[in-house]
Amino acid sequence: MNFTLKIWRQANRTAKGHFVDYQVSDIEPDMSFLEMLDVLNEHLVLKGEDPVFFDHDCREGICGACSLFINGRPHGKGEGTTTCQLYMRRFKDGETIVVEPFRAKAFPVIKDLTVDRSAFDQIIQAGGYVSCHTGGVPDGNAILVPKEDADMAMDAASCIGCGACVAACKNASAMLFVAAKVSQLALLPQGKVEAQRRAQAMVAKMDELGFGNCTNTYACQAVCPKRISVSHIARLNRQFLTGKIVRPWKKED
Amino acid sequence: MEEKLQSKIPSGPISEKWTNYKDTQRLINPANKRRLDVIVVGTGLAGASAAATLGELGFNVKVFCIQDSPRRAHSIAAQGGINAAKNYQNDGDSVRRLFEDTVKGGDYRAREANVYRLAEISNNIIDQCVAQGVPFARDYAGMLANRSFGGAQVSRTFYAKGQTGQQLLLGAYGALSKEIHKGTVKLFTRREMLDLVLVEGRARGIIARNLETGDIERHAAHAVVLATGGYGNVFFLSTNAMASNGSAAWRCYKKGAFFANPCFTQIHPTCIPVHGDFQSKLTLMSESLRNDGRIWVPKRKEDVERIRKGELRPIDIPEADRDYYLERRYPAFGNLVPRDVASRAAKERCDAGFGVNGAGLAVYLDFAEAINRLGAKVVEARYGNLFEMYQNIVAENPYETPMMIYPAVHYTMGGLWVDYELQSTVPGLFVAGEANFSDHGANRLGASALMQGLADGYFILPYTLQNYLSDQIREPRISIESAEFEAAECKVRDEIEALLSVKGKETVDSFHRRLGHVMWEYVGMAREKSGLLKAIDLIADLRKEFHQNVLIPNAFGVNVELEKALRVSDFMELGELIARDALQREESCGGHFRVEHQTADGEALRDDEHFNFVAAYEWQGENETPCLYKETLDFESVELKQRNYK
Ligand SMILES: Cc1cc2nc3c(=O)[nH]c(=O)nc-3n(C[C@H](O)[C@H](O)[C@H](O)COP(=O)(O)OP(=O)(O)OC[C@H]3O[C@@H](n4cnc5c(N)ncnc54)[C@H](O)[C@@H]3O)c2cc1C
Ligand code: FES
Repeated sequence: MNFTLKIWRQANRTAKGHFVDYQVSDIEPDMSFLEMLDVLNEHLVLKGEDPVFFDHDCREGICGACSLFINGRPHGKGEGTTTCQLYMRRFKDGETIVVEPFRAKAFPVIKDLTVDRSAFDQIIQAGGYVSCHTGGVPDGNAILVPKEDADMAMDAASCIGCGACVAACKNASAMLFVAAKVSQLALLPQGKVEAQRRAQAMVAKMDELGFGNCTNTYACQAVCPKRISVSHIARLNRQFLTGKIVRPWKKED
Repeated sequence: MEEKLQSKIPSGPISEKWTNYKDTQRLINPANKRRLDVIVVGTGLAGASAAATLGELGFNVKVFCIQDSPRRAHSIAAQGGINAAKNYQNDGDSVRRLFEDTVKGGDYRAREANVYRLAEISNNIIDQCVAQGVPFARDYAGMLANRSFGGAQVSRTFYAKGQTGQQLLLGAYGALSKEIHKGTVKLFTRREMLDLVLVEGRARGIIARNLETGDIERHAAHAVVLATGGYGNVFFLSTNAMASNGSAAWRCYKKGAFFANPCFTQIHPTCIPVHGDFQSKLTLMSESLRNDGRIWVPKRKEDVERIRKGELRPIDIPEADRDYYLERRYPAFGNLVPRDVASRAAKERCDAGFGVNGAGLAVYLDFAEAINRLGAKVVEARYGNLFEMYQNIVAENPYETPMMIYPAVHYTMGGLWVDYELQSTVPGLFVAGEANFSDHGANRLGASALMQGLADGYFILPYTLQNYLSDQIREPRISIESAEFEAAECKVRDEIEALLSVKGKETVDSFHRRLGHVMWEYVGMAREKSGLLKAIDLIADLRKEFHQNVLIPNAFGVNVELEKALRVSDFMELGELIARDALQREESCGGHFRVEHQTADGEALRDDEHFNFVAAYEWQGENETPCLYKETLDFESVELKQRNYK
């Protein structure tokens, strides 16, 4: 298969970016999108040109590193898949493919197709955990958890932190990301204790870092590679709102 | 035992050693802990859990990782589960049994005392993870569920769908984030450690490259913990993540840390077969699938031929014409034999001409019987995400037709040599997780790596590191201005300069691929003296060529080709050591199979009289033959016997 690629090139955080056209040929349908980019990069290196920089690591849809905006959609047109799980057989031979980085104010471009998503880490640091320390915890079966709750918590917990939700949202909101963590921990008795405090702390951090507001367009759910449901946003709102009344949280807490 | 290899195993009966150690280990008061700096390299299960716990204790921790976030460490990809001796299923499990299974599974090449401690701690790990909000699978009573893994006859594996590693890592990442928030841990992402710095013989810091800016940085501490994962990517194609590497460990080796059992590498039986030359990595299909999947090839060559030509579908072959070779050869364990045994059995069938894909390098993993017995819904609940992953890659539906699988490089049991305290032969350098050699002997059992990584990080290092640091409290903050740091930084800069100035004609990936071919061909599933000697020669040539002909763009800031070149340069040297170690070990054990040493029916033949030791190598200088030291293994609690899964 042959393709024309329109790829966003940007030398560094401050440089101005632009699209550059590349031709790739003899691409096999069984190649993943990233393997196709490997082929391009190997050619660029051999020609003495700067290869395209993109994040990736596990190449099996779990680490959340890969983050390409392909033909106007985070992770391309696959449903419930990451960029690394997108195979070239899904494209038409001869097609032109536009490849951009995930764009959001809170995700500045580092170079080419790679963005800085450390804002996600900062949101988690603000409270996305159970504050227990190592040791001195009860037996694993001491507190029973209804299977339905454990399963629902697992669905929320499967978030890979890729940021597709932010890239798809016209407001660049991180609501689904925050909701997934808040909801997972609120569903489990171990996390319930500080659920309201957690919701307030994480939402405050999200706002501080420049993510936009959620206006319920559900674009996030549609592109989430782990199919995380917007119903978790409702649970986040509940924890946030009751928390504000019952257990108000202040930044210095 | 050799003087340089003091394993420091505490005295007393095996079940009391760890308790005795903890009772007598030296402590440090909180005011002094704050004055002590610790560097942790790696944020996988081992590194994240260690950094978080050391931070909680009050040490000043700096933690480093290659990825843009600690949550993306390779541990995230672990699928199947984590073992613990809870005996929640009342099926006869105990600490003693988990210990014995692990020693036996490792083909009696691990240190007993370490393995016992691991089994003992396993239960604490589950409790800890539950408290953190890890959503383990549960039954309708609300209790934790278990599944079975290879090498055991009990169900002791805890799991979170097919994403156990992800959930455990996110738990540890949460704990780490909590400490970062408190300020006890400082996080450095997109950093690659390129050297260890020794001051007066002790590990006192690292040289790291900032992967975004290209800056070379110095970081100092009173002690260094290496939790940098395994070196499976020396084979180029493996199930490891792309950034997984052996460099951090290798550079410590060159600074005096002994490298142990490098030839103990694990080939996992159930991976998606290689598709073509362009392939960048292999995808694992979790071992948990062997709970319900049955492995087979056709009995008749004619059927194999017709399948390869596409004239016959696997589902058209009647039961009587299928060879469920694992069930046939190992009736007691069936499809749940350990990985090394299952991998070799697949190779044996394929070598005999029964491989079912075009290349003749695949066998079937079939769920038809399970779907009949349990219904598609139950099968989907158990393995849905794995089936989806398979379908995505191969474009075939495993609910309708059996999966095709083949063995692939997966894990490395070898690593830096450590004593009972997880300290290497360099004082102040501790090694945790897959990066050390400790607990799995010659073959790791499924679901035991996650257990080991978290045991090391949450429950062992916090004690042993404290013991080491207790006599360092008078040592002021280590300066990065010393001659030692200067020299280490210069060396790294020179090395980078040398690589950039080659300006050759071949890409790094191309060299890596060639190294991988040599390793897989001659140092892979079946090893033979002539092949190993050949590999050593081929790798030496390849190294020479690499340093004369590699092409790396000379870019400021981000330079991925340079990152890869540094790793591949180390992989070539490490590959040679693997081959040497495999050559030296004139026996078959676990994942190390020497063709010359097998039983009449093709099983691994150990030689306890001559090879009951850990092989630990000391670096002797560039292009010098390393010096081999032997740590003899004493088996006091388990009886040394030939493994039998029949
Ligand atoms: C596909 C797959 C499935 C698996 N499934 C299971 C399972 O079900 N059960 C089980 O028990 N085990 C499983 N394993 C094995 C297990 O996942 C690993 O052995 C384990 O996670 C290793 O953890 P670790 O903390 O030692 O290292 P890793 O998770 O590999 O982390 C290494 C860390 O070190 C950092 N690092 C490396 N080099 C440097 C450097 N030079 N400078 C700075 N940082 C560096 C990396 O950035 C990373 O943060 C699986 C492995 C694979 C590949
Ligand atoms: S590379 Fe890990 S999710 Fe795509």
